[in-house]
Amino acid sequence: MTAPLHDTSAETPAPVVTADVPAKAIQGRSPGRIAWMRLKRDKVALTGGIVVILLILVAVFAPQIVSLLGHPPNEFHEDLIDPDLGTPLGSLGGISSDFLLGVEPTNGRDVFSRIVYGARISLTVAFLAAFVSVVIGSLLGALAGFLGGWVDGLISRVMDLLLAFPQLLFTIALVSVVPDSLWGFEGTGVRMGVLVLVIGFFGWPYIGRVVRGQTISLREREYVEAARSLGAGRGYILIKELLPNLVAPILVYATMIIPTNILTEAALSFLGAGVKPPTASWGKMLSDAVPIYQDDPMYMVVPGLTIFITVLAFNLFGDGLRDALDPKGS
Amino acid sequence: MLVYLIRRLFNVVATLLVVSVVTFGIFFAVPKITGSDPALMYAGRETNETALAGIRVKMGFDKPISEQYLLFVKGIVAGRDYNTGVDSTHCPAPCFGYSFKTETPVWDLMLDRIPVTLSLAVGAAVIWVIAGVATGVVSALKRRTAIDRTVMVGALAGVSLPIFFTGMVAPAVLVYGLGWLDVSNYRPLTEDPGAWLNSMILPWVTLAFLFAATYARITRATMLEVLGEDYIRTARAKGLTERVVIRKHALRSTLTPLVTMFGLDFGGLLGGAVLTETTFSFQGLGTAAVAAISAGDLPVIMGITLLAALFVVMANLIVDMLYAVIDPRVRLT
Repeated sequence: MTAPLHDTSAETPAPVVTADVPAKAIQGRSPGRIAWMRLKRDKVALTGGIVVILLILVAVFAPQIVSLLGHPPNEFHEDLIDPDLGTPLGSLGGISSDFLLGVEPTNGRDVFSRIVYGARISLTVAFLAAFVSVVIGSLLGALAGFLGGWVDGLISRVMDLLLAFPQLLFTIALVSVVPDSLWGFEGTGVRMGVLVLVIGFFGWPYIGRVVRGQTISLREREYVEAARSLGAGRGYILIKELLPNLVAPILVYATMIIPTNILTEAALSFLGAGVKPPTASWGKMLSDAVPIYQDDPMYMVVPGLTIFITVLAFNLFGDGLRDALDPKGS
Repeated sequence: MLVYLIRRLFNVVATLLVVSVVTFGIFFAVPKITGSDPALMYAGRETNETALAGIRVKMGFDKPISEQYLLFVKGIVAGRDYNTGVDSTHCPAPCFGYSFKTETPVWDLMLDRIPVTLSLAVGAAVIWVIAGVATGVVSALKRRTAIDRTVMVGALAGVSLPIFFTGMVAPAVLVYGLGWLDVSNYRPLTEDPGAWLNSMILPWVTLAFLFAATYARITRATMLEVLGEDYIRTARAKGLTERVVIRKHALRSTLTPLVTMFGLDFGGLLGGAVLTETTFSFQGLGTAAVAAISAGDLPVIMGITLLAALFVVMANLIVDMLYAVIDPRVRLT
């Protein structure tokens, strides 16, 4: 980003391609609008974005969707299970018009309902953790880059230190020592809160490093000097001059950290450190599938593909957003 | 150079000290807050108050946390004597204490697990670096062709797949479906190289695929950026063959960001490839750590966490030294 987001001067007088506006040959476009136009042209990224929006809607309206198309997520349907093998009756893991994605082995819970409710856990944890990382990372990264000196030294050391931590082990350990009820929250709420804080906390150095580097390169620019010579204070420069220019990289990294968080949450649930059963989560479904996947492969494929599609959609959208916001792009 | 190395080694020690303080604080202070007694964990269920008191004195649980920590550090550096007056045990130099559960020294347990994790990490790293960099370079050179698109779609899929899913799909397809490989438990390399290789191939390929995808994406992006630089134009202008331009000039600067990533990734894996080991039921450092966490086996958790941190910081140190070799502009001061 070379110009503030609100700069509407005709900085890039791109030749007008569309034939229907010949009168106004040169039109001012803000960088934000240029990015939006590029993003609109990028069909792959748009598809990713649409899938992301659909997934968010599924998570928000999970109870309504399940009451329309599924069965309560913790309702047992043992009549659909082969009593000898423990696997679902019928082909493909018991997929039928009644049970859209089949039933769980052993006790026959509706896989579709559990996937839909699992989206809530997965997306909530991923988004909130990304929010935590973005807030801490941009704040400390900007401070380190802007103030320099010992502040920079200290924050950079802390970031290096966090990257040297065996994060997965630490997260499992922390989740397992946290009691079941805390600060008035109970059960799933506590676990989700801990997951958000821990995943978010270990994620901030990645954003912090980028923001710090960007701030260092921006703080010597002429417009910052101009603001300073006009008597602007440090706080004003940081918030009014630098922050608008940091929005683009922060946004890009936020969309990239969300799929990573989804994978981390799934991994933790897989290892038994996620939300507690019977709450449905995608990672836990996969770990339940481990002993039985040779006999009932669908129970592994459904949650696996769900995670894959979700993460892929976020990655496609994030890639497109990065290209669209890249000032060097065409 | 020597001054740089000494300063960096000093940094390594400082980092490890901070990691150890934080880990120690969390794992030994949190049980105190939640009210569980480490002596009780050590002794197991069937015990009485005198035995517990004996354990507290012997293991030093009766002392304040700060003193326990100093004893722990001293044990790693100089060894430690567990002494109750009646019976005493000497734990030689890298002493990380004894496992609460099996009463074996933590150091021995870690030595036992390292070969598994090391086999996994080294083999996978070789595959993913070669495959990732090669496909990334090809993709960049054949930009906007069918090859490029195919590779990039595959790479994007690779970064979006969780290993605990591919770890089930790979055996389902390659072993039970096509019958190309077979699943076997880990066998030490020194015992039977053939069986070792046989047991490692599937985990290697599964683990390497995910990393190779990331490396291919980064290699392609960096390579395209480098190919636009002035010195590449100069190299071409002075009549060097395309082969030399790519190999000697472009590839070299493409490697710099990859080396940084590799340091973090490889160092992280050495501390325990938790998910891969769990998926393939390998008894490595990662599975040992997870088991220790669920059993509340504090000394083992401490030991593996520190070892993992050591691997990461050492890998980063080596990477920074490598910079000077790869990039002649870098001077270590």
